[in-house]
This record gives sequence, C-alpha cells and structure tokens, in this order.
Amino acid sequence: MGNLVEIRDLKVEATTDSGRRVEIINGVSFDIAEGEIVALIGESGSGKTTIALTLMGYARPGCRISGGSVSVAGKDMMTLSEKQRARVRGTEVTYVPQSAAAAFNPAATIMDQVIEVTRIHGLMAADEARSRAVDLFRALSLPEPETIGSRYPHQVSGGQLQRLSAAMALIGDPNLVIFDEPTTALDVTTQIEVLRAFKSVMKKGGIAGVYVSHDLAVVAQIADRIIVLKGGEVQEVGTTEEILSNAKHPYTRELLSAFEPKPREAADTAETAPAPLLKIENLVAGYGPSQTDGLPLVRAVEDVSLNVEKGRNLGIIGESGCGKSTLARAIAGILPAAVGKIVFDGRELGRSARERTRDQLREMQIVFQYADTALNPAKSVEDILARPLTFYHGMNAKARNARIDELLDMVRLPRNLRHRRPGELSGGQKQRVNFARALAADPKLILCDEITSALDTVVAAAVIELLKELQRELGLSYIFISHDLSVVEAICDEIVVMYGGKKVEDITRAKVKTPHHPYSKLLFSSVPKLDPTWLDGLEQDPELVRAYCRR
Amino acid sequence: MTMTHSETKSARLSGTRIGYRFNIVGMVGLSIILFWALVAIFAPLIIPYPVGEIADLDYFGPMSPDFWLGSDYLGRDMLSRILMGARYTVGISLAAVTIACFSGVVLGMIAAVAGGWLDTLLSRFLDALNSIPSKLFGLVVVAAVGSSIPVLILTLSVIYIPGAYRFARALAVNINAMDFITVARIRGESTLYLIRSEILPNIVGPVLADLGIRFVFIVLLLSGLSFLGLGVQPPFADWGALVRENIGGLPFGAAAVMAPSFAIASLTISVNLLIDNLPRKIRDRSE
Repeated sequence: MGNLVEIRDLKVEATTDSGRRVEIINGVSFDIAEGEIVALIGESGSGKTTIALTLMGYARPGCRISGGSVSVAGKDMMTLSEKQRARVRGTEVTYVPQSAAAAFNPAATIMDQVIEVTRIHGLMAADEARSRAVDLFRALSLPEPETIGSRYPHQVSGGQLQRLSAAMALIGDPNLVIFDEPTTALDVTTQIEVLRAFKSVMKKGGIAGVYVSHDLAVVAQIADRIIVLKGGEVQEVGTTEEILSNAKHPYTRELLSAFEPKPREAADTAETAPAPLLKIENLVAGYGPSQTDGLPLVRAVEDVSLNVEKGRNLGIIGESGCGKSTLARAIAGILPAAVGKIVFDGRELGRSARERTRDQLREMQIVFQYADTALNPAKSVEDILARPLTFYHGMNAKARNARIDELLDMVRLPRNLRHRRPGELSGGQKQRVNFARALAADPKLILCDEITSALDTVVAAAVIELLKELQRELGLSYIFISHDLSVVEAICDEIVVMYGGKKVEDITRAKVKTPHHPYSKLLFSSVPKLDPTWLDGLEQDPELVRAYCRR
Repeated sequence: MTMTHSETKSARLSGTRIGYRFNIVGMVGLSIILFWALVAIFAPLIIPYPVGEIADLDYFGPMSPDFWLGSDYLGRDMLSRILMGARYTVGISLAAVTIACFSGVVLGMIAAVAGGWLDTLLSRFLDALNSIPSKLFGLVVVAAVGSSIPVLILTLSVIYIPGAYRFARALAVNINAMDFITVARIRGESTLYLIRSEILPNIVGPVLADLGIRFVFIVLLLSGLSFLGLGVQPPFADWGALVRENIGGLPFGAAAVMAPSFAIASLTISVNLLIDNLPRKIRDRSE
C-alpha cells in the first residue's frame, strides 16, 4: 500500500489577461502518508493554496493543471471526470476555508449547512447525520453541542465558526482534510482553542491533513512534516523538528529569522530627556447616538490615558474588538472623542479633525492596516505621494519630483515604481507607499494601525526594520497598534494592553516578560512559539480563559 | 497571485498592443454608432431627395433602385427621411444624456461625500421627481409649453437626472467608505477635491456604462414621445415620428414602417453592445 497522496511533478499554469501563460507551480512532488498532517508554508503567491486545491482536482478560474499527476487514495484526480471528482469532494477530500464567515450561508442554520454534504452525497439519513454532527461538535469542544446547530452563523463567534466549518469538512468521513489558513483571521487567544480542537480530532480519527499557512509557529504545533514553498517550487521538506532546528535552505532560515525580529536597542535615555509629544487624558470614544450624559451609546474606548515621548514608541496591543483601532481614530480626529483631552506638542487639539489646523494635521499622520483600501487604485504612486507635498508644503513640480524620489528611496522602493498604480504592486510594496505618503507630510508622530497584519512574516519583518531605521534618521515617534505581541515588542519602548475598551496594563520594555494583569498574562502566553511541544505543554488557567475569552 | 516566474509562451491575442483589450462585439457596436454619428453630421450632403418633397407617385412604395427604402404615406423618399431623422434622434438624445448624467453624477458625488442633511434633502427631492411616471411627465410638459427641441432636451434630461443621481451616489458611497478617503479627509482636503480627484476616477467606468444605458432609454423615450406626436414636429421627423407617420403601412408590410424601427433598434442595441464590451486595460505588463 502506497501513500494516501502522491503528487508527482505537478505543474499549474495561469493565463493572464493579455493572454500570456505563466507557470505558477513548477514541478512539485510530495507524498502524504495515512494519518499524517503535512504543512505547506510560504509567502503569499508561493502557490501553497493552488497546490492544496489540486488535491481536489480543482484549479481556480484562469488556472489550469498542465502537467504531472495528483493521486489521492489510488485515484488520479487528473483523469477523473468532473462528475467523479464531485463525488470525491466532500467524502474523501474536504476543505476548510480561510474565512469561515464567508463560507457559511447567513440565511440557513448551521446544522443544515453542516449536514448538507451527507445529503448531497446520500451518505446517511438526516437524523443520523444530525447525531453525528453533534458528536463532532462535542469533539471539537464547541459549547452547547446539542443546540449550537440550530443557530445561525452570525450568532456564534469567529473561532466557533471556524470549528464548525471543520465539522462540515469532517462529517463526510474524509481521508484527507485541507486546511487553508484556518486560524489566520483569529485572535491568538482564540487560535489556541481552535488549533487544539483540530489537532485532537485529526489525531483521534487518524485523518491525513494538509495545513496551508504562512505562520511557522502555528504550523509547528499541528504538522508532522513541513514543506517550504517559494515561487511555485519546493524549497525544503522535512519533519517539523528538522525544519525548526536544522533548516538547510536559505529561504527557510529567512522565514525562521523573520519570526524572531531583532529586539530594538534600548533608546539612550540619558541623552534624550523625555519630552512629552502626545498626552491623552481620560479619552472616551464610541459609536451611536449621544445619551443624556453626553456619552455615545456604544463606548469602544473608555477612559484611556496615554503618554508618548519624542522619539519613543508606544505599542497598543489587544484582541480584535478591544477598541485599539477606535482609539487611533479618536486620536487622529476621524472619530471625534466624546470626552477627554488630546495634548499634542504642548497644544490641546480639537477633538475632530475639522477643528485642527493644517499644521496640526500634518504633524500627526495615520497609516492604515489595509494598503489596498488606503491607496486610491485609480492613481499612480507618483500622484499619491505628490498630493501631500502640494497640499502641505506647496511644492512646485520640480521640488515635488525630487522629493518623491527621496521618499521612494527612504522606503526602499525602486524609483521607476512611481508610474505604477497600487494594483500593480505587491502587498509589501503597497504598505511602503502607504507609509511614504505619511512621511511626505514630515510628521512628528505616525499612528500605525496594524500595518504589518496583512503581510507575510518575512515582509512584515522587513517593514518593521524599515520603520526602525526611519526613526533613527528622522526622529519620529510611532504609536504602533497590533494584535501581534512579537511585532510590538520589536519596535516599542512601552506597551499598553487593552481589553474591552479599557487600558488594563502599562508595560515597559524591562518588564515585558513578566506582565502583572491576568489578561496580559493570558495574552502573552497565547502567542505561539517555534516549539512543536508548545501547544501540548501549554497550561492556561481555565478560570482566566473563561473570564477573558469569548470563545 | 504574483507572477514571479519567467513567462513560458507569449501567445498574445490580437488588439493587445496598445495596452487595451477590445473584443469584436464591442468593435461592431462602436462602428455602428460611428456610422450613425457620421450620418447625422453629413445627412444634408448625402440625402438623395429633399425631406419634404413628394418624390414617388405611389404611397408606401416598395424598395426600388430609385427609392432604396421605399416611400412613405405621402410618397416621400424614406431613405432621405431616415438619414435626416438621425440628426434629431442622435443629437437630442446625446444632448439630453450629457445634461442628465453630468448633473446627476455631480449631485450624487456631492451627496455621498457631504452626507447629512444635504444628502437627505437631495435624495428625497430627486426620489419625488423619480416617482412621476416619465412618459406622463413628458406629455404634461410638452402639452403645457409646446414642443421644441430645447424643451425636449430639457424634459428628457430632467426625467433621467434622478436615475443618474441614484447610480452615482450608490457608487460614491462605497468609495467614500474606503480608507484613502479617510486619509484625504484628515489631510484637510475640500469636498471639491474629494469628488474630483479621489472619487470620480474610481467610478468613471460604471458611470460611462450607465451613460450608455441612459442614452438608450432616452432614444426610446424620445421615439415614444414622437410616436405620440409630441416630439419633433412635421415636416421634420425623428425615427420615432417616422414610425408613427407610417404606422398605416403596417398591414401592407411597407418598408416605410420597418426601416425606422430597424434604425432605432440598431442604434440602441449597438450602444448596449459597446458599453458591455468597453475596452479593458490590461493589467499584466510584465513583458
């Protein structure tokens, strides 16, 4: 008996809109044994999802499997007819998508959707399917397994929905499950529970899996073997321990080193006497109509005070929904604060951006998470960078031109990129342009709202390095908002932990390993480590978990 | 997906050299539109008979070497009348659609960016205008002030402003929610800059498509009004009026009633074909 999956010399090609063909997978070969979990890891565009999808004999629109063979349980997925493939999908090979929220139909109950597979393939009676689904819900440690199926997708949390989509994949009793970045969109505290659930179900059922991810630390917890991909080619294959401790290929080493950003050398405190730049006092901000007490109906940020000193960085960390982005918006004046004082560079700022002078606006810039939406897709890089130069500095065409070259140099982008549009840039390049636009204003403070979250580890590490360099050269201060502790740790002098709209703890660099507040402890201990035994060895106080995790 | 690999084959499609891709259906649509536009411009030079002259001895005459499209209910040459009719149909519709779309799109973008009471006021007012049936509105206006070309153009554009406004506002509201608008706002930009430089370039594609559809609607409404006798007045006639004049020839299968109908159909269908197949910019420029 051979392996469950045998991929030999797989080639996938795509046709671009000018009719040109490009090979996106160049001759990939690997095997998966029964009950083995193999991780495909690599940056975006490395072809990991494309390979995973070929296991179902599927290529995305515009792509075509052009060569090689993919055999799953002795069947060659290439030679099967579309009808035969449809029979295999959902019963032998199943798929857990990245965004469960987008994969569920909001208009049908969860149970109906979970057992839909059995109905389509006529596997079992509906009642039997339902009781099997409840067993799966229990195995995936979902709360109230008997009744959760009667809810609608919007009535459960993101982590629960991701586990429910795994239940959907497992109900057809597959031999192979494809996980496509299933925890990327989740908070670290939620991610742990989901990973644990996946791992135990897979091990118990002896099901083979393909786990697609760009996060080496997550993969280390669940996979038996890791395949490192780049540019549609296999760079390195090895067991998880081998890859983590003894990586041979330079690209794998780069991935590993990107995971641990070099800590920032402590700022020389003796030289720079702390001069306050931004002082926030008792800020309250939120959404909805004003109540009788003058506060908004939903208060996303409650009573937060912060200090940022010149040339220093402040990190704000917390899970999604903790109010960290709202805080940034209130500071920038996008969402006027209901209560509170914002003192910037010795002067009190108006709460709304409209009440601030042009110079005040110029000195505080904000960089958003998604460079895709933060850059106007209809404008060239040149036009995007030129606008703040004209608007704030009134530069003429010649001065502008020279300054754009300087700015592109600063963010390490080639100068010939200036004529391109955002759609023609990679994710990392877009984020650099996004950042260059903020620099064009010559600000004193830059608010960075999750600017590395949408980027791959290697690219994110490069962006962080860039930020540090620019700080040294230009004497900027950053407020760095993130849910990723390792990123914040790498760049910030001081870290503020937020939970439920409140600031729960202020941590200086020296104390970063020993937080006091229970939520900080939980959050810090939830960050995956590059150690395959970390998840199994991790013990978290169940009381704490119950108190702070809305799982 | 990034294309980091060396390209293997460079099998290119035709018409991609200029960086745009334009398919054959779109080209056919465009050439028919250009044909009618040229006809409208040069009609007086190419008509074989004067429009008002009774040239044929017979009425509803068949197609013949002398009268390519037969003759109408008075024995006038049908080809000449259709060629001249193109001027009215294309000209009036083009003027009306330009006014309607320009005002509608500008108002829509302002409403989306400004929001608040201005948005509410504009939207409700134009909704009210929208609730009046368009043909009835046209009938009332033309009956009240009489039919002349400027009145027709204004009436048609007023009827189609609310639609253009709704469409542009819906698009602009989506764009307005993007981060780059927030960035521009907290840079301190004015509303005029926002609508001109940030929003318009992002909605111009759909707006052009909408302009095409609206042009078709206006051609049909104008033809409808003329059919009812409220459009272009005799002895001149646009295509709709030509159909109405010659409707009596229907039982005889006269070319006089078919030809203007085909003219209307060919123009409206080719506009539709063109806007569904506008040239697309090719994003893959890695060669």
